[in-house]
Amino acid sequence: MKGENFVTTTVESLIGWARKYSIFQYPFVTACCGMEYMAAAASHFDIDRFGAGLTRFTPRQADVLFVVGTISHKLAPVLRRVYEQMTEPKWVVAFGTCTVTGGLYDNYATVQGIDAIIPVDIYIPGCPPRPETVLDALIKLQEKIRKEKQKWSLRK
Amino acid sequence: MEKMLLNIGPSHPAMHGTIQIKVELDGERIIKADVEIGYLHRGFEKTAEHRTYMQVIPYTDRLNYVSPLLNNLAYAMAVEKLLGIEVPPRAQWLRMIFGEISRITDHLTCIAPIGMELGAFTVFLYAIKAREYLWDVLDATTGARLTTSYIRIGGVRADVPENFEDLMKKALAETRKSVRDIHGLLSRNPIFLKRTRGIGVVSQEDALSYGFTGPVLRSTGYYYDVRKAFPYLYYDEIDFEVPLGERGDNYDRYMVRMKEIEQSMRIIEQAMEKMEKGPVRNEDEVVEAYEAIKAAQEGKYREGKLKLNPNLEGMEKEVYHLIMARVPRYILPPKEDLYRTMEGMIRHFKLIMSGHGLRPPAGEVYVPVEGGNGELGFYIVSDGTDRPYRVHLRAPVFSIMSALAEMIEGHYIADVVPTFASLNMIGGELDR
Amino acid sequence: MVLEEVEREFSLGKKDAADGIPTYYCPGENLFPLMEKLKKDFEVLLDITAVDYLGKKEKRFEVVYHLLSLSGKMRVRVKVEVGEGEKIATLSSLWKNANWLEREVYDMFGIEFEGHPDLRRILLYPEFEGHPLRKDYPLKKSQPRIKLLRPERK
Repeated sequence: MKGENFVTTTVESLIGWARKYSIFQYPFVTACCGMEYMAAAASHFDIDRFGAGLTRFTPRQADVLFVVGTISHKLAPVLRRVYEQMTEPKWVVAFGTCTVTGGLYDNYATVQGIDAIIPVDIYIPGCPPRPETVLDALIKLQEKIRKEKQKWSLRK
Repeated sequence: MEKMLLNIGPSHPAMHGTIQIKVELDGERIIKADVEIGYLHRGFEKTAEHRTYMQVIPYTDRLNYVSPLLNNLAYAMAVEKLLGIEVPPRAQWLRMIFGEISRITDHLTCIAPIGMELGAFTVFLYAIKAREYLWDVLDATTGARLTTSYIRIGGVRADVPENFEDLMKKALAETRKSVRDIHGLLSRNPIFLKRTRGIGVVSQEDALSYGFTGPVLRSTGYYYDVRKAFPYLYYDEIDFEVPLGERGDNYDRYMVRMKEIEQSMRIIEQAMEKMEKGPVRNEDEVVEAYEAIKAAQEGKYREGKLKLNPNLEGMEKEVYHLIMARVPRYILPPKEDLYRTMEGMIRHFKLIMSGHGLRPPAGEVYVPVEGGNGELGFYIVSDGTDRPYRVHLRAPVFSIMSALAEMIEGHYIADVVPTFASLNMIGGELDR
Repeated sequence: MVLEEVEREFSLGKKDAADGIPTYYCPGENLFPLMEKLKKDFEVLLDITAVDYLGKKEKRFEVVYHLLSLSGKMRVRVKVEVGEGEKIATLSSLWKNANWLEREVYDMFGIEFEGHPDLRRILLYPEFEGHPLRKDYPLKKSQPRIKLLRPERK
């Protein structure tokens, strides 16, 4: 084997490694947190460094759903529809206190945490969270994706 | 002829914010449009009735979340009017400076998506870059980037830090650079002109009938600015212009906003010159807070300057009277008094404890300021208790969005995007 | 000035509020002719909102109009007392933004505007029951549109 480079790995971890760096995200932006989401995406903080720069505005091509901002009861069916349209494997990030618990808005109009509507993988607290927190959460999500049992098959 | 129904939003790449537009199409032309709002209705007005006057301030941040300080300002001014409080001059100047920073970030955040949605992504990056430097100033002074709750009833939360002038100069220089670059990329760009000139036109009569205010009204050539018509703070001592458009189309709205950014920077520079220098904070012997509290419990007074938590920087006793009104009945005492004296403690708790708190006399006020989108006014009804009886926001963007359907009818479907973007729809303010 | 003119014509009582904006109480049936007159000077309808005085006043609601005169640089406030179930004239033929503003008042308070072209909910959804800004609507009474995965509050 002199002069040749090779790696040994399992297919499982190879897929995990590949998936973790090719996050296609769907930003479901509704409110204030969108401002910090924009900041995290733009040049100063540059979410692209972590392989999550490409936003897809159709749920069918995305694999991480960023729920950015307050979800009201009026909007809840829309969010669930978007989630259901995404293909497996899929992950959900709850961005900001409103999506985590309802935050300041404990009232008739606001959903008290989006995990009442769809399952959530990563919660980012903060009202709104600073971009550093967002990047930290993204790294944690990548770890989660890498360690997960990967769903894959060779057959169509 | 067969008509087609098309639904745009509420989650759509060009609908930044949540709004739904249902259009009836003949080919690519819109025959009829129906705008559905309310997807971000968070019950602000109802919630405010269940909070004390001070607790409402964080909620006002999240109304027009692109220029939170202007919302703070309108609310604080309304409550001050109910209470009859005079705000010290330094606080007024600070309110002006930070209000104008907010206005710049508001306009930048409006222009960024216009560019992005018309294919000029670089404009987005330049605008957000400038906004970061402005937010650095906010961050250093208020401790938060976006939802600052900086303007309080009776004054502002904290004095500026020592490196404020340097930060501000850097931010203004960077903003000027970005504005110049955006002008270079968009203002004479043929593609941009084709997409915005003569599209989404509003006549002056329609603008008035729809209750437009702010940049959107001024783009039709109508001279109305709350800062000029009903001067508040020290706007009458400042030399600035109110940029006007001519045709009231998308391009004029973009241009008015760009020119207003420049005027806001002029206001900030003049205000920084006119504002008196703050006191130099001397480094005396420092006493830890717990030592002072311990001494106070024994009935003694510990000499020396109190070491405050870094979060409280800028509200030391030596500057507190410069940034907060001296009305013990309504204004929290400086932290030094709270830790060291019984009177300070009682004053603090009288204002914070439920059932006590700030109690404005019964009455009603409507106080407007010039917000990012136009006349932003708070209508507050007080019944003499510690919670407002009714809080209502006169949202400029609500009236503006009510015209959207008429503005896009008869145009092509592609024109919805620049028209909508140039109106600067902000969900928090629209739906409340 | 049109204010003195309408004061005489409709025999309105003027009341100055804390903010110095002249305030008038107007009987419901005079609202439309009064606004028509005021529109000559006050070009902009700033705002329509309402206040619920449940158990505090004889007539439950007060609808509050704010007008702005750009030429005269002043504002005026007109209030109309409305009892529960009573209707009030629409201004949507005078100002175009009255359409949405009145829809919001209807949505939040349940006050109906007679002659409104399209009176339906604007901020909330059609299946929502009740009007949240009424004082007897509980703050935390939510009405989910879809089946939730878990109860919202414990």
